[in-house]
Amino acid sequence: MVGYIIRRLLYIIPTIMGVAVLVFVLFTVAGEDPVRIALGQHATPQAIADLEALWGLDQPLWKQFLDFLGQIVTFDYGESYFTGEVLSEAFASGALVSLSLTLPPFVLGLVLNIAIAMMIAYYRDTWIDRFATATAVISMSFSYLVYIIAMQYFLAYEFEWFPINGYAQGLDAIPYLALPWLIIMLVSIGPDVRIYRTIFLNEMQTNYVRTARAKGVSEPSVLFIHILKNAMIPILTFTIVAVPFLILGSFLMERFFSIPGLGDLMITAINNGDFPVLKGMTMYITMTYALFNLITDLLIAAVDPRVKLN
Amino acid sequence: MPRLHINNLYWDAVQQLSRRKLVLVCIGIIVIYVCIALLGIFNVLPDYQTRVSTGYEAPSLEFAKLLGTDIFGRSVLYKILAGTKTAMLIGVLVTSISVPIGVILGALAGYYGGVVDVGIVWLYTVISSVPYILMVIAISYVIGKGLVAICLAMGLLGWVGLCRLIRSEVLKTRNLEYVSAARVIGANDIQIIFSHILPNVVHLAIISASLQILGAIKSEVILTFLGVGIQDGSSWGSMISDATGELVQGIWWPLAGVVLAMFLIIYALNVVSDALRDALDPKLRGSTEGAEGNAPLDVKAAAVQKA
Repeated sequence: MVGYIIRRLLYIIPTIMGVAVLVFVLFTVAGEDPVRIALGQHATPQAIADLEALWGLDQPLWKQFLDFLGQIVTFDYGESYFTGEVLSEAFASGALVSLSLTLPPFVLGLVLNIAIAMMIAYYRDTWIDRFATATAVISMSFSYLVYIIAMQYFLAYEFEWFPINGYAQGLDAIPYLALPWLIIMLVSIGPDVRIYRTIFLNEMQTNYVRTARAKGVSEPSVLFIHILKNAMIPILTFTIVAVPFLILGSFLMERFFSIPGLGDLMITAINNGDFPVLKGMTMYITMTYALFNLITDLLIAAVDPRVKLN
Repeated sequence: MPRLHINNLYWDAVQQLSRRKLVLVCIGIIVIYVCIALLGIFNVLPDYQTRVSTGYEAPSLEFAKLLGTDIFGRSVLYKILAGTKTAMLIGVLVTSISVPIGVILGALAGYYGGVVDVGIVWLYTVISSVPYILMVIAISYVIGKGLVAICLAMGLLGWVGLCRLIRSEVLKTRNLEYVSAARVIGANDIQIIFSHILPNVVHLAIISASLQILGAIKSEVILTFLGVGIQDGSSWGSMISDATGELVQGIWWPLAGVVLAMFLIIYALNVVSDALRDALDPKLRGSTEGAEGNAPLDVKAAAVQKA
């Protein structure tokens, strides 16, 4: 087990190297010149040289790449070109905000969507199933933008049930976050319920379900005790890999509701050519993604005795 | 007289699709959108920049004003038609970049295994561990904003899901008896891959292509809305962006028009992709990978395979 984890962690290194090269090429070698963006078109050569020296851009490329690798190892990506903030702090506070935006609806939505999917699977091939599946397809056919605009307009602007946008520290943030939570959950119902329903229906055709029914187990307890346990394996695989992207929040949500999370930080950085922010954030996301892939595999091995880690 | 029965997956699929009314209606919708896009490409659509009346005129029965006019008095309908061209063009271009890459890399990885496989798996692991939207933005940043940039970016990133799927299917296929038989009678690798293995996985590419078109259309709207997509205003994304502010002034028709136009094509593509999947791949029936995700089509298979 420990050996397996160590080996898997070592496998992450080539992936991180690949992402590092990709990010470096995109932002440092091929991207726009951040010094030009910062100083405008009419900067003096002296000012340009000074700023390049300050940001370390006067170094040869191989030296800059080695510095970048050093930053990845030490988790210290320096300071933002534009705000001068220390990035490790900016990332930490932004990640907290983004998680408070996306994690609650993710967890609630998971439970709710599994419940709905089980109900639909229980009533499979009846009008309930057909109606729910058709509704799911219709709900998936509206753009994310439509949900945000419509709900913000009606629930916040017309009916004034929620604040239109904004953010506050600590628990005061809840009124501001309530509407985004609602939207995120609503949008997830269609696609998720469809996937979970398929997973449940696949399980229902297996031999252990037939055995359970044959020995007289009631349909609800087949569903809740036998099927739910087994269905959790594909559901977990499908869900956990989405967690790292929760840290990023939702670009759209943060923009519409003026929530100062990582998505917002990233959009600002893109507009300013603030490469340290973009590079650092990409590397963090890559690492958490690899880590959560590993966690998924460990969890699957924990719940499924057929899976051996080697 | 007994009907001639052609026993062929694709013929069966066509028959299965043509029996379902909703699917036929949706195919009709897609055909109409494709025609609008073709008219746009040959420059026969009315110019959406022309002013047809004063600003913010509500919908009326005149053709150009069916969906009202925008702030400059331009026809909302004409703008939507121009956006239709952009959306369909992007859907098709992105798919024609990503699907061939996915099929070829997937087939190579699955067939040759070894170093080739390790390399290709490494490549898609790298690509899929970077947030999709960030990569699209980064690439359009490097090669400049606009239609070509977002097509290239989405195309070069969108092949991962299909590649995974094809790879695992080819892995299963390459040691089957009929492939060994082909090898024994002297077929070379290229012949085996193209004429013996790929025909058995090409239905996955068709299903994936229909989902890719759908995903590209949805993503383009969001990217343009965020300011990194189409720059000349002929996009549903920029229309939605403008319409958001107009909504509070009671100007609802530009938004309503775009939402309806987008809903129709996305719904039609959703229904047709589902139907294609049911018809072409009984094993995957009803499962979905959503419009924009790279989640594997067959969740269970992926779970077992990963472990």
